[in-house]
Amino acid sequence: MHIVVCVKQIFDPDVATTVFRIDEEANKIVPVSGISPVISPFDEQAVEAALRIKDDLSEQDLEVKVTVISMGPDTARAVIKGGLAKGADEGVLLMDSAFDDADAISTARVLAAAIKKMGDVDLVLAGRQAADGDLGAVGLFTAELLGVSAITYAKDVRMDGDTLRVVRVLENGTETVETTCPALVTISHELGQPRYTGLRETMRAAKKPVHVWTAEDLGIDTGTTGAAGARRVMERLYIPVKEIDCDYVEGETPQVIARHLAQRLRDAELV
Amino acid sequence: MAFSKDILVVAQVDETNKAAITSLSFEMLGRARELADQLGGSVSAALFGASFETEAETLVAYGADKVTLVEGDLLVPYRADAWLPDLVAMASELSPVLILIGQGTIGGDLAPRLAFQLESSVATGCEDVSLDEDKVLLTRACYGGKAREVVSFDCATAVVTIKPKSLSAMPCDRARSGEIVTLPASVEAGAIRTTVTNRESEELVGQQLESAEVIVAGGGGLGGPEGFQAVAALADVLGGTVGASRVACDMGWCPSHMQVGLSGKTVAPQLYVAVGISGASHHMAGCANSNAIVAINADPDAPIFNYAHFGVIGEFEELIPALTEEITKLKG
Repeated sequence: MHIVVCVKQIFDPDVATTVFRIDEEANKIVPVSGISPVISPFDEQAVEAALRIKDDLSEQDLEVKVTVISMGPDTARAVIKGGLAKGADEGVLLMDSAFDDADAISTARVLAAAIKKMGDVDLVLAGRQAADGDLGAVGLFTAELLGVSAITYAKDVRMDGDTLRVVRVLENGTETVETTCPALVTISHELGQPRYTGLRETMRAAKKPVHVWTAEDLGIDTGTTGAAGARRVMERLYIPVKEIDCDYVEGETPQVIARHLAQRLRDAELV
Repeated sequence: MAFSKDILVVAQVDETNKAAITSLSFEMLGRARELADQLGGSVSAALFGASFETEAETLVAYGADKVTLVEGDLLVPYRADAWLPDLVAMASELSPVLILIGQGTIGGDLAPRLAFQLESSVATGCEDVSLDEDKVLLTRACYGGKAREVVSFDCATAVVTIKPKSLSAMPCDRARSGEIVTLPASVEAGAIRTTVTNRESEELVGQQLESAEVIVAGGGGLGGPEGFQAVAALADVLGGTVGASRVACDMGWCPSHMQVGLSGKTVAPQLYVAVGISGASHHMAGCANSNAIVAINADPDAPIFNYAHFGVIGEFEELIPALTEEITKLKG
C-alpha cells in the first residue's frame, strides 16, 4: 500500500499576537526573526494518521510505503524531513518558481500532478485545512482532480482488508464512513497527539531520499500553477482592531471580587 | 466581469432538531436578500432531504423568492456524492453570482467540491459578503483568527461558506410569497462512493451551545476535568450552558462537541464567561461576537483580557464558587 501525505510549511501559528505583523502593502505577513516556519499542525496529524495505518498493517505483515510531499521553497525540506524522522519512507519537494503565490486550485493542480506521476498511490492524507489560510479546500480540490472519493474531518482512519474506514467528526458526535481506495482523507485535530521523534530516528531520516520535482518533471502547464493559475485575488490582509477596554474587577478576597463582579454584571443587565 | 444578478442559498435542516431550519440558513438568506435587492436579482434557496414543505414556506418568509426541495432517500445522511449532482445542475442553470452555504461539517465538505465542479473557487468561514462595483468581496478569518483577509474571485460564481452568527436574518414575514418547487433527487445509489455505517451522538448536557444566551467556558487553566464541575455550577445558576477551549477538549477533559473556536462551535451569547482560557486567536474566532465577555484568568498577560469587557486576574478555584454564590443571592 502506498500512502501519500500532503504537508505545508507555514508561519508558526503559535507565535504570540504581539509579534504578529502584516505588511499591508504587500498583503503578506512579516517574518519574525528567530522564529522558524513549522509544519501545519493538522498536516503533522495527517502524517501521524499515515504512520498509524503503517504500524497497524505492518503487524499483519503487509507492506506500507509512506511518502510525504510538500509544495514550497527549499526551506520546506525541513517539514518533509520531520515526517521522515517520524517514520515516513520518502519525501518529494515540489519546487519551482512557477509554483509561487499559488491559491488553493493552483496548489491542488501541482499536488495532483505529483500524485499521478507516482502512479501507485492508494491513499492520500492531508490536514483538514492549513493553519495559515484556514481554507480547507486544497485537499478536496486534489481529490476532485484525481477523481477519487474524499472524506473530510477524520479523527480515525483504518484499513480493514479493502475497506477504508474513517471516523468523521460532526458538530455533535461522529459518523463512521466507509469507502474503497483510491481515496483522499483530511485529518482533524481530534486524531490526537502525533508521535515524538527521537535523535536516532532523526539521524536515520537523514539517509532517506527527498526528491525534488519541478514543473517540467511533472509535465504541468505553468499557466495553471502558482499566481498564473490562481482564481483567488487577495484584496486585503489585515489585523482586526479590537476596541474593548477591559474593566478589571478587584478586591481583597475572592468573595469580595465575586460580589463586585456579580454587581457589575447586574448593573450591565447581563444577569 | 458582468454580474449575474441571482444568489443561491443552500439551506440546511438542523439534524439535532429534526425538520427545523438552522438559524444560519436564515442569516444567509438575510444577506442574500439585501445583495439581490442591490443587484435587482432574485434569491433561490435549495433544501436537500425528505419532504420539507412547511420549511420551504419558512424560507420564503425569511427572504427566498424560490425554494427548490430536492427529495430522496439517498440524501440523508449527507454525502457529497448524493447532493452534488443536483446542486451542480441547479447552479449551472441559474449561474448565480454567489452561492452561500453554512460553514460546518456539511458546508466545509460540500462547498470546495461544488466550487471545483463549477470551475470556480471557494472562500470558507466568511464573516462578511459585500459587493463592490464588479466584484464580490468576501471577508474571512485566517492565520488562526489573528488576521482577516478580503478576497475576490477571478471567476463567474463565488462559492462561499458563512460562519454562523456573522450576518443578520431579516424579520420573518409570512406575507411574502415565493415559488416552491419539488425535485426528485437524480442521484443513483451506485454513484455514491461512500457509506455511512454508524453515527454516534455525544450526549448533550443542557442547552445547545449555539443557541445558549449564557455560556461559561473552561480552558487549560482549569488544570483538569474537576475544574469543570465549578464551571458547570456557575453556568447552572446563570441559566446557561458549558463550553470549552480546544486545549480542554484535546486533553480529554470534555467531549469535542463542547469546543468553541475556529475548529469548533461559533457562539455569540449575551454573556460569555471564559475561565482559565488564555484567549488564543483560534478560540476567540468562535466567541468574539458575544455581546459581553467576562475573563477570569490567573495570568495578567493572557490575551483574553484584550477581548473582555470585564476581567478578573486570579485563580478560579475560590472565585468561581464565590461568584456562583453571589449570583444565586442576586437571583434570590
